Amino acid sequence: MKSKSRFSWKTLGTIAFAALSLAYVAPLLLVLMNSFKDKSAISTTQAFDFPNGDTFVGIDNYIYGVEQAEFFKYFGYTAIITVGSVLAILLCTSMCAWYISRVNSRVTRMLFLAFVFSMVVPFQMVMFTLSKTADVLGLNTPWGIIVIYLGFGAGLATFMFSGFVKSIPIEIEEAAMIDGCSPLQTFFRIVMPIMKPTYVSVGILEAMWIWNDFLLPYLVLDLKKYKTVSIVMQNLSGSYGRVEMGALMACIVLSIVPIIVFYVSCQKYIIKGVVDGAVKG
Amino acid sequence: MKRFISTLLLMIMLASVLLTTAACKRQEDQGAVYYLNFKPEQDGDWQALADKYTQETGVEVVVLTAAANTYETTLKSEMAKRDAPTLFQVNGPVGLASWKDYCYDLKDTAIYKNLQSDDFALIEGDSVYGIAYAIETYGIIYNRSLLNRYFTMDGAVAQSIEDIDGFDSLKALVEDIQARKDELGIDGAFTSSGMDSSSDWRFKTHLANMPLYYEFESSGTSDYSSVRGDYLDNYRAIWDLYINNATCDPTEISGKTGDDASAEFKNARAVFYQNGTWAYGDISDVGDENLGMLPIYIGAPNEEQQGLCTGSENYWCVNKNANQEDIDATLDFLEWVITSDEGRSSMANDMAFVTPFETFTEEYQADNPLIRAANEYIAAGKTSVKWMFPTMPSEEWKNALGSALTAYAAGTGSWDDVRTAFVDGWASEYEKANANR
Amino acid sequence: MEKAMRKYSPVFVLPTALAFAIGFAVPFALGIYLSMCRFTTVTDASFVGITNFAQIIGDATFTHSLWYTALFTAVSVIVINVAAFAIALALSGTLRGTTFFRTVFFMPNLIGGLVLGYIWQMILNTVFFSLLGSMMNLNEWLGFWGLVIVVAWQQIGYMMIIYIAGLQNVPEELLEAARIDGASRWQTLWRIKLPMVMPSITICSFLTLTNSFKLFDQNLALTAGEPANRSALLALDIYQTFYGRVGWEGVGQAKAVVFCALVVTVALLQLRFTRRKEVQR
Repeated sequence: MKSKSRFSWKTLGTIAFAALSLAYVAPLLLVLMNSFKDKSAISTTQAFDFPNGDTFVGIDNYIYGVEQAEFFKYFGYTAIITVGSVLAILLCTSMCAWYISRVNSRVTRMLFLAFVFSMVVPFQMVMFTLSKTADVLGLNTPWGIIVIYLGFGAGLATFMFSGFVKSIPIEIEEAAMIDGCSPLQTFFRIVMPIMKPTYVSVGILEAMWIWNDFLLPYLVLDLKKYKTVSIVMQNLSGSYGRVEMGALMACIVLSIVPIIVFYVSCQKYIIKGVVDGAVKG
Repeated sequence: MKRFISTLLLMIMLASVLLTTAACKRQEDQGAVYYLNFKPEQDGDWQALADKYTQETGVEVVVLTAAANTYETTLKSEMAKRDAPTLFQVNGPVGLASWKDYCYDLKDTAIYKNLQSDDFALIEGDSVYGIAYAIETYGIIYNRSLLNRYFTMDGAVAQSIEDIDGFDSLKALVEDIQARKDELGIDGAFTSSGMDSSSDWRFKTHLANMPLYYEFESSGTSDYSSVRGDYLDNYRAIWDLYINNATCDPTEISGKTGDDASAEFKNARAVFYQNGTWAYGDISDVGDENLGMLPIYIGAPNEEQQGLCTGSENYWCVNKNANQEDIDATLDFLEWVITSDEGRSSMANDMAFVTPFETFTEEYQADNPLIRAANEYIAAGKTSVKWMFPTMPSEEWKNALGSALTAYAAGTGSWDDVRTAFVDGWASEYEKANANR
Repeated sequence: MEKAMRKYSPVFVLPTALAFAIGFAVPFALGIYLSMCRFTTVTDASFVGITNFAQIIGDATFTHSLWYTALFTAVSVIVINVAAFAIALALSGTLRGTTFFRTVFFMPNLIGGLVLGYIWQMILNTVFFSLLGSMMNLNEWLGFWGLVIVVAWQQIGYMMIIYIAGLQNVPEELLEAARIDGASRWQTLWRIKLPMVMPSITICSFLTLTNSFKLFDQNLALTAGEPANRSALLALDIYQTFYGRVGWEGVGQAKAVVFCALVVTVALLQLRFTRRKEVQR
């Protein structure tokens, strides 16, 4: 009797979660559906209608988005910026975090506080001065902006890494050093493998931020040469309130698809990574 | 060894910073043009025109268009950079107030000399800071085929569009159409007056121009530090007409977008649509022969003589702080745009701008049914309504007015709130905006 | 070990520290200076002292957005964390389809930005209008709850994963002991699970708190501050001050400085408060 009632509770839970899941992905499905409709059929009253004979335009919106907005060219820049920045952030901040957690001095304590502080400062505070600083230093290219992202994203990454470093027993590292490893060797051979899960969770947080970021690249990049996907999407809105809704929907789908593919193919590692990485925050 | 590695790493970092800086230094023998364009719709046309000019003269012209609603952000950020725009835009006197220190005096330039009238320039003292390049017109766009269907109905209150020459006749027509919307197979006389940010400027800025124009016109003042709101009752009357005879309930307009209204008009779900010549591209599916434009009648004196609302909020300014070579290159480019065949035909035909330059002779006139309607009113001797909204004291004023209009339509606010936002808001915003100049 | 590491400080710390200086510290310091200037662009700033700060005092929208932001932060931190924890509890059990549900809930976290805000605006306005006959830009409280819904939708997934991690870390022996002592489920939750996941709670509440304080994109997309700046959070209020009036750029910058000072105070208090509650292990 008991096991039977438990079984039905479980089924009920599964059903409830299934319903919740559907509600959860509904906004995304809505975008997908509208990306196949004519732009005049994507208004507040018609957004929920399925495409029909009059409003279905096939992949026209996608063709427009790809051709007019040169989507793939800017997709490439966005990919360079995101991958480059995330790699730089992961490598540099994990090294930095290990150092400032292991070496206790006034400088490292100050640095840590500065990093935590930077996490809570709104972007509006630095938006004009950051764009000027980047310009003076010539960091307005997809490669240069990596330095900016490393600097602006250092706070969160260092915070999370150093939280994890503190949970690693220091004895392992000391043993390695006694065996003749230099600090660099110790880091790359011992510490880095232990921190693998944290790399995943920090990597995801930073990658999602950079991939979707609009204002920072918009103000920092030399827009005459480089754009990101978010900037291209903003450019689909015109003056006097006119918006290329169809193309916009298509571009959203195009920019989401690689993320979803990446996520689904690696989700085992991602979820596990976030789980393990967050064990001791 | 260890010290060596660390020194090496440091040097690499420094070198890379220096190298990227050096690589960005541009050659500056003949100057180059960098145009920060405001209108995204014409981005492609400007790019093409710039390429053509570069092919012809070898002078580099880069056109960058700011994303929607970010022109000021973009300009503020770009103007501080080493490679700043040489050509940019302001929207009128209030916009100029921010940027005056950056504006090159255009007094001796070809674009000023070829200007039809000083009305199209931003002049302070002896200096010419900005020159309008696109003259636009707005009014109440209508669907002629739907109207003709109505005119043939029994008991129609008007027989042709010529019968409409003032607010009373407009109101009668609109209300009767609304009453017979089912017979006509439409959802309403007017498209939805959306107050979403993609559409609210049609009312908080463009429609609000009507009471401002009549007030300033009757008092003949050029002092814009305060308004009395003499024509606010007329503003209310036309706003009531818009929201109560529309495709949707007044309570719904706060969520309606610009795309909603243009879709309703394009799909022939409504007869009237307040918008301007720039909207042609969105609604051309209705068919050229079916498009026309009426003046916005609000019941002001002598309004049978009133024409459409014509003006500009697109002024070219040249960056004074650029290198002299770049300034010269920019002025040469602009001269080429308004004198060459390529430039003129691109502006008139591709971008569909009505331009205020004398060099745009007969064969370089932009032509679409909305522009034709505008020209017909001028030819018939009607007085165009000037664009007074560039004198509005701040964006805050417009936003507050927009909120009050929305709340009034939804029933959560009263007309007194609109009046307060309009009259008291003007005075306080004027004071605040001028306190920090 | 510390000694050996110190020699390597340029390798470990310098890249991050340098980038941090470029990407954050310098722009931030310049930003503080700008708050005492009148400027159109960064290059033409002229010093005016504290007049910008004096302008803030008389600004009613700033004080309103202050407590509106405080309230929003409190509510969204609670909603997100309670929901994420509840879902984590359910999904760390033996429910069927757990992996699938985890994936679904994690997905919105991968997609951000302004554009999705506009989709949500459409959905929420339709829902609110049919249920309540009002919309988000008419009523500041509908806007408030709309914002809460959207940030919850985006962030619950990530926080849920962190909580799952924390829950899996609760030693089985402890739960076993509790069961033997006859503790009810409720008691186990309150007395054992909750204290044991305190580290996760710290990091989650810190992340959600800073996210809510800095929230900008979603606010702009959903209500843009309507009605009449009543639903503008601080970041949006700062942004609108930059552009709302000619010559008010410095005032916007000054607001950002005040905002930073406030955020720092709150964040430090919060950190101190939750750290103290963690179970020492």
